[in-house]
Amino acid sequence: MELRASEINESTRWQDLTEGLKIYEPATSRQFETGEWRTQTPVLDHEKCKQCLLCVPYCPDSCIPVKDGKRLEFDLDHCKGCGICVKACPFGAITLVEGKIGIENRHQDSVTCGDTSCQEKEGK
Amino acid sequence: MAIRTRMSGNEALAEAIRQINPDVMPAFPITPSTEIPQFVSTMIANGQIDTEFIPVESEHSSMSAAIGASAAGARTLTATSSAGLAYMWEVVYVAASSRLPIVMDVVNRGLTGPLNINAEHSDSMGARDSGWIQIYAENNQEAYDNMLQAYRIAEHPDVHLPVMICQDGFITSHAVESISLLEDEPVKKFVGTYEPEHFLLKENEPMAVGPYAVSNYCMEAKKAQAEAMIRSKQVILDVAKEFAEMSGRTYGFYEGYQLEDADYVVVAIGSVCGTAKDAIDQLRAKGMKAGLMKVRVFRPFPGEEFAEALRNCKAVAIMDRAESYSGQGGPLGAELMAAMYRAKVQAEAVNIMYGLSGRDVRVEDIEKVFADLQDMAENGKTFAQYPYLGLRE
Repeated sequence: MELRASEINESTRWQDLTEGLKIYEPATSRQFETGEWRTQTPVLDHEKCKQCLLCVPYCPDSCIPVKDGKRLEFDLDHCKGCGICVKACPFGAITLVEGKIGIENRHQDSVTCGDTSCQEKEGK
Repeated sequence: MAIRTRMSGNEALAEAIRQINPDVMPAFPITPSTEIPQFVSTMIANGQIDTEFIPVESEHSSMSAAIGASAAGARTLTATSSAGLAYMWEVVYVAASSRLPIVMDVVNRGLTGPLNINAEHSDSMGARDSGWIQIYAENNQEAYDNMLQAYRIAEHPDVHLPVMICQDGFITSHAVESISLLEDEPVKKFVGTYEPEHFLLKENEPMAVGPYAVSNYCMEAKKAQAEAMIRSKQVILDVAKEFAEMSGRTYGFYEGYQLEDADYVVVAIGSVCGTAKDAIDQLRAKGMKAGLMKVRVFRPFPGEEFAEALRNCKAVAIMDRAESYSGQGGPLGAELMAAMYRAKVQAEAVNIMYGLSGRDVRVEDIEKVFADLQDMAENGKTFAQYPYLGLRE
C-alpha cells in the first residue's frame, strides 16, 4: 500500500517512497508551503483597496482568497512574493516589503515540513 | 504452427506490433527506423490494428507524447534512430524516472558527425545511462522475438521501466532474411492485456506524475529506480523462459556460440555476431577453440554473468560499435572489463572498435581478431590502446 503524500517526509526510506514519486491523491500542493521561498512579502493597504478583485486572477499561486465578493488577506503559507499583484493593482494598494513576513515562526529546516510534531504545533 | 516467411528487420518489428496492437504510438520519421511508423500507419489505415497514431512534429514531442500516453494508462510505443533519439534526450530520462513501461524500437544508426546514416551503436549507447532497459538483436528473428517480450518485461510490477528494442540499421532493419513467425493467438495470450494499477485517466483517483523532487527525495527515488533495474534481470530471464516454451527459441542475457570450451572469445552486440559465427565455424574446422559471447541485454548490465562466462578463456576481444572518445575504448569494453576485474577473471582482454558508421566487417576481419587473440595469449603480443578494426593506416 503506497504512502499518502502527507505521510511522506524526509525520514521516509527509499523502499517506502511511491514509484517514480507519483502522488495518488489530489490537492497535495496545499501541504507544500511555497511561502517558505519568499524573500519579499505583499502588504495590502485596506484604505486604498477598492475590492476590484483584479489581483485575484493575476496571482499565479491562488494566494488571494475571496469570500462574499471581497478579497481577504494573502495566503502567506503559499505566496512566493513574486509581486505580480503589486503590478496588477490599479490603485497602488499592494506594496512589497522586504522579508518573509507572516511565517517567521515556521520550521526553518525544510521546504516541506514533514515533521508531524511541527504540524501539530502549527495546529494543522 | 510457426509461419516461415522472409522479412526485413523493420517488417518483422511491424509484424510484432500488429500482433501486440499497442494503444498509442507517437513517432517522427528518421532513417533507418522510418519504415516502422510507416508500416504501423498502413496497418491502422487497413483496419488491422486500432492503435492511435500521433504524428508529432519532432522526437522530443514523440517521447513527450509517449510519456503522456503511458501515464494516462495506454500501452505505448515509439520508434527512432540516431539524431531522433538524441533529440528526445531530455525526456528519455523522464520516461524512466516516471517508471513508465514504454517500448521504443531503436534502429541503431550512428550519431552525427561526420554526417552518416548507417549502422552504429552510438545512439542507444549514448542513452545507456538513461534508465531504460536495452535489448539488442542480431537479426530480424531476434528483433521480432525481443519485441514480443518487451512489454512483458516493462510492465512487470517488479520492473515498471521503459525498454529499448535495438537492431542494427540497414544490416538488420532493411536486409530481407528468413524468419519464423508465431501465430496471432498465442502471441496475444503471451503478451496479455495491459492493466496498470495507477494511471491518469483512472476514475476516482486523481494523480500526479513527475512532481518536482527536492534534494531530500531525489536520491531515494533514484535508488528505487536502480533497484527496479536490478530486479528486471530476473524478469528478463523469466519472460524468456516462458517465451521459449511458446516459440522453442531460447534467450538469456547473452548467447554463447562455441563458448563453453573456447580459448579465444569475441564479445559483441548485434549483426556482426552472424559474421563472427561464420568465422568461428571456419576456425574451429582448423582446430582453434574460438567462441562468441553475443550480448543481448546491455541494460541492466549482467556483469557477473558475463564475467563468469569468460572465466576459463585465455583471451577476449570486446568489440564496440560506438566510440566513447574517452581514449580508453568503448562502452562495452569499459563495462565488461570492469566486471571481469571485479570477478577476478584472468583472461587477457582487448577492446576493439569496429564497424563505425556502417563500415563493413567481413569474416576475414573477425578471423584476424582471433589470430591476434592467439598471438596475445601465446606470444605475449601487446596491442595499442584500442585498435580500430579494418582501419586504413
